Amino acid sequence: MATPTIESPRSGRVAPGYSRTPGSRGNFEMTAWLFMRLSGAILLVLILVHLYVNLVAGDGITGIDFGFVAGKWADPVWQIWDLTLLWLSMLHGTNGIRVIINDYAEKNSTRMWLKGVLYTATVVILVLGTLVIFTFDPCPVIDGVAHVADYCPAP
Amino acid sequence: MPKTLTPAGTLYRGREGQWSWVAHRITGVVIFFFLLVHVLDTSLVRVSPEAYDAVIASYKNPIMGLGELGLVAAILFHAFNGVRVILVDFWKKGPRYHRQMLWAVVGLWAVVMIAFSIRHLSHVFGG
Repeated sequence: MATPTIESPRSGRVAPGYSRTPGSRGNFEMTAWLFMRLSGAILLVLILVHLYVNLVAGDGITGIDFGFVAGKWADPVWQIWDLTLLWLSMLHGTNGIRVIINDYAEKNSTRMWLKGVLYTATVVILVLGTLVIFTFDPCPVIDGVAHVADYCPAP
Repeated sequence: MPKTLTPAGTLYRGREGQWSWVAHRITGVVIFFFLLVHVLDTSLVRVSPEAYDAVIASYKNPIMGLGELGLVAAILFHAFNGVRVILVDFWKKGPRYHRQMLWAVVGLWAVVMIAFSIRHLSHVFGG
């Protein structure tokens, strides 16, 4: 009497449409799911401190101007803070919108269009934001006129 | 006599689970679109100090001040409920206590929002 062999679930004999590993897609969706939770946990800290420093401490929103930004970005810690905030929040948000598009846009062409617009916006914002953080000049000279502030050298 | 049947709608099971999911999506979309605008307005520091100060001045008027309150409300809900989602996914007892955790999220959100509203509105309305 032979013992019947019971194969483990999904060990072949699965119709191609139901395969859990459809070739090159790999486990992208699982990685994306994990990324949302990891980046979310980090963003919680990054954003709450960002909101506290900018909107609660000191004069709150009334204290925000060019000099406030210059003061923050004079410190490399805030540059890295804002850079991390920019990248994690944009990737977290882009993936969230990607999931929402996949859920609600039923036509293939509509999904492709919306995601094309989304990814274009993401790349533009990430490149722009990164450049702004690293090329920021607290004492710019515009059309030969030097910016006047107590932290800038007198012209 | 043929009766017109309307679909029952797409409500799944409603209650805390689905409504928190809906709120998480809506707040996420709101935050994302603000984020796009926020990077653009901050980028004006590379145009000129005057351009940046002019746009930031518009964030200080009362109507925008109320908008900021709404934005912070969305961010805080998304953040606290995000912790709840992580606990539901990774904590063994998370799924069992997801309702209680939602009320904890709403309670914490209300407390922080009351404190923030007092602080922010006093800045915006010059208290």
